[in-house]
Amino acid sequence: MNFNYSEEQSLISDSLGKLLSDGCSQATRRSLIAGDQDHDPEIWSALGELGMLGLPIAEAYAGVGGTAVDTMVAAIEFGRHLSLEPFTASVVLGGGALQLAGTEDQKNAFLPGIADGSKRAAVGFLEPESRFDLSSVATRAEPDGDGYRLSGRKAAVIGAPSADIFIVSARTSGTASDPDGLTLFLVRPDASGVEIKPYRFADGRTGADIVLENVPVAASDILGPKDKAADLIEHIADLGTAALCAEALGALEKIIAMTTEYLKVRTQFGRPIGEFQALQHQLAEMMIDFEHAKSLVFEAAMTADSPDAPIRKKAVSAAKVYLGERGRVICQNAIQMHGGIGMTDEYELGDYVKRVMVAEKAFGDTDQHLERYARQMA
Amino acid sequence: MDINYTPEDEAFRTEVKAFMEAKLPKGLSDKVKAGQKLDGEDFMLWQQILGQKGWLVPRWPEEHGGCGWTPVQVNIFDEEAYLAGAPRVLPFGVNMVGPVIIEFGSEDQKARHLPGIARGEVPWCQGFSEPGSGSDLASLKTAAVRDGDDYIVNGQKIWTSYAHFSDWMFCLVRTDPNAAKKQQGISFLLIDMKIPGITVRPIITFDGMHSVNEVFLENVRVPAENLVGEENKGWDYAKFLLGHERTGIAGVGGCKAEFEKLLEIARIEKKNGKPLIEDPLFAVKIARLEIDLRALELTNMRMLSGSGTGLNGAFPSVLKVKGTEVQQRIAELQMDAVGVHALPWQQAAMDPAWNGDTVGPDYAIPRMPAYIDRRKATIYGGSTEIQKNIISKTLLS
Ligand SMILES: Cc1cc2nc3c(=O)[nH]c(=O)nc-3n(C[C@H](O)[C@H](O)[C@H](O)COP(=O)(O)OP(=O)(O)OC[C@H]3O[C@@H](n4cnc5c(N)ncnc54)[C@H](O)[C@@H]3O)c2cc1C
Ligand SMILES: Cc1cc2nc3c(=O)[nH]c(=O)nc-3n(C[C@H](O)[C@H](O)[C@H](O)COP(=O)(O)OP(=O)(O)OC[C@H]3O[C@@H](n4cnc5c(N)ncnc54)[C@H](O)[C@@H]3O)c2cc1C
Repeated sequence: MNFNYSEEQSLISDSLGKLLSDGCSQATRRSLIAGDQDHDPEIWSALGELGMLGLPIAEAYAGVGGTAVDTMVAAIEFGRHLSLEPFTASVVLGGGALQLAGTEDQKNAFLPGIADGSKRAAVGFLEPESRFDLSSVATRAEPDGDGYRLSGRKAAVIGAPSADIFIVSARTSGTASDPDGLTLFLVRPDASGVEIKPYRFADGRTGADIVLENVPVAASDILGPKDKAADLIEHIADLGTAALCAEALGALEKIIAMTTEYLKVRTQFGRPIGEFQALQHQLAEMMIDFEHAKSLVFEAAMTADSPDAPIRKKAVSAAKVYLGERGRVICQNAIQMHGGIGMTDEYELGDYVKRVMVAEKAFGDTDQHLERYARQMA
Repeated sequence: MDINYTPEDEAFRTEVKAFMEAKLPKGLSDKVKAGQKLDGEDFMLWQQILGQKGWLVPRWPEEHGGCGWTPVQVNIFDEEAYLAGAPRVLPFGVNMVGPVIIEFGSEDQKARHLPGIARGEVPWCQGFSEPGSGSDLASLKTAAVRDGDDYIVNGQKIWTSYAHFSDWMFCLVRTDPNAAKKQQGISFLLIDMKIPGITVRPIITFDGMHSVNEVFLENVRVPAENLVGEENKGWDYAKFLLGHERTGIAGVGGCKAEFEKLLEIARIEKKNGKPLIEDPLFAVKIARLEIDLRALELTNMRMLSGSGTGLNGAFPSVLKVKGTEVQQRIAELQMDAVGVHALPWQQAAMDPAWNGDTVGPDYAIPRMPAYIDRRKATIYGGSTEIQKNIISKTLLS
């Protein structure tokens, strides 16, 4: 076993850290949000030049040909710096979907663009009524001539407002939450009948509900197996979930660092508050939880590419559950130990907390993953 | 022992229910139930309605407008008000400065301030905390120097809730910087927020809301007649004030109303095709929470009815810790209950004036902001750590 970054991975971590700490300050992020921008075009193109957007994409499609561990290394930095860039949305989820299931034509059409940043993808699996169940799909694909017509609604699609292509799940047969009968489709945002209802998540990243009304898609826009996409959908979501967990890990590391520093500089009763054992133990617990979370995030990354579904699902869900529960408590205690300052919008702690909260909810909450884990044990 | 309410209590509950039905404006309760933003006018409108009925200051002595309710009745009133969707009664005038003025104020101060509070007409704020003095309140630095018939006040207060719409602020100031103990040089001043030298600056919390402020005091001339009690005895009055809030400290009424909302959401939301409330994982969490809430309610009642414990003065601390934990847990489960709908951040839509688009059910909109907001409860009013220090000190001394 080896839990260390390779030389290349250290390079990824360092160069991203440098780029983002210079270009992703709270002021920059807030002005992007105030200016209604999805992300920072300068950072995005720098990411493209550094090869970060091609990390998990095969060399044959102008990518770097890295693994989910490389992705994790990058995602930790995106989380640590609260970057708004749609890396997870477009590269990990979109790129991952096309790479896992795309035809040669589909890959050629999109992957090089994703890798150089000129194209962005977004993945819409969840629905307003589905809670977090990826098999609960009410969106229907009705045969229409040579192609299909899609109708339904996708919820909480990360990165949707700026995407050039959507990958959505729809039902080609079966009912309700039947895992059979699911198919993935490539849908162009400008296709007739597509309506995007954009918003932001708590952490400032853009998302949207996508309303589909009789949207025409060609048979060649089916991604992966027809009627049998359930496993594929889970695998794509696992790639995204592993990256989201890594983002949360990066954010939590920063939260603990901020709290540690605050305990040294804030004085009450004539001494640094870090001298109070009540706080020392809370801080220690944060670190105990963080180190264990990190181990599970590493394992999730090391199995996210695996086609062995039960092993992969257990590892990814384990990380999501652990971070969901313990990450939440770390955030709560960090706020608590900051006192009033921890509640303010101006102090950056809240931004980090929101990032962790979004990671906790996206692609399945703690209960959803706990149940999925349990199902693998049966 | 008797776990039941008396027939008088039940009759009282019926009377309160009828009052809520008749007098609580629907526009207001709709806002509260939807978790929308309330402004100063919303809060004060309700206080005035209660004031007109003579129900705003139930626990004051009757000569100053109190109702002579038993603690159980005060609690019943609270519960019914929250369940009906009434905004909370801001405690600063009613439960904080009012009792201090009644106990320690001059006859002039009583005549000048108590009627306005009892009628719900004058909003007050609490100027205790300072940037360098939170948990260690007694280290406060805002200075008041006597100059003829005035005090000249200089300094800064922070976290001052609702200062932006308050007419008056009760304030702890340092009048003797050389006192042997820091607690001994503090005085209690009543400050008119409209006099020159006071600047109020908003602090936005990370739920996106504005309720707290910074208050800067620059050469503010406060007439010496606004000193409560004796100079340098302010700490005693502050301790009286902080210890006075007994019934409200656990927040049982608010918890019960929010718990109902949680159940309502869990009945509507679906998981695996069934109502969330039937989901084994979630149902167990709700059950645990209801047990905690029941324990809180009963413990609150035990304290109010004077049932003895070995805790003496630390009983309110026990309730503050548990009550705020229950409040936070309810907000947490409300957020978890809405599932994927917690993700869109639609905080702007919590403004009643909002007329844009939203996604998801309306009840989901305030859930993540409310979860964030509740984190403050274990910080203010003596943090959980400070309360635990008090409890263990009581046990170990
Ligand atoms: C089953 C068992 C096997 C053991 N085996 C060995 C052995 O092989 N070799 C050996 O040398 N010893 C051994 N020990 C002894 C063990 O190391 C001591 O019990 C331990 O160091 C605690 O000391 P104590 O029992 O005197 O408790 P105390 O030190 O008196 O502690 C009492 C309580 O106070 C707490 N406490 C003490 N100081 C602080 C502080 N500064 N801050 C916060 N809390 C504090 C402790 O955590 C504990 O809860 C063993 C003990 C047990 C129970
Ligand atoms: C939303 C909100 C509204 C408020 N409204 C008002 C108001 O209207 N008027 C007003 O005067 N104040 C108000 N406050 C201020 C509130 O009372 C203080 O925030 C509180 O006293 C804590 O002080 P602090 O924020 O300076 O934190 P600090 O005192 O700096 O505390 C930081 C951390 O250290 C811990 N700590 C401190 N001392 C000890 C110790 N001895 N042992 C163990 N742990 C310790 C605390 O528990 C906390 O976790 C409000 C605060 C908030 C957040």
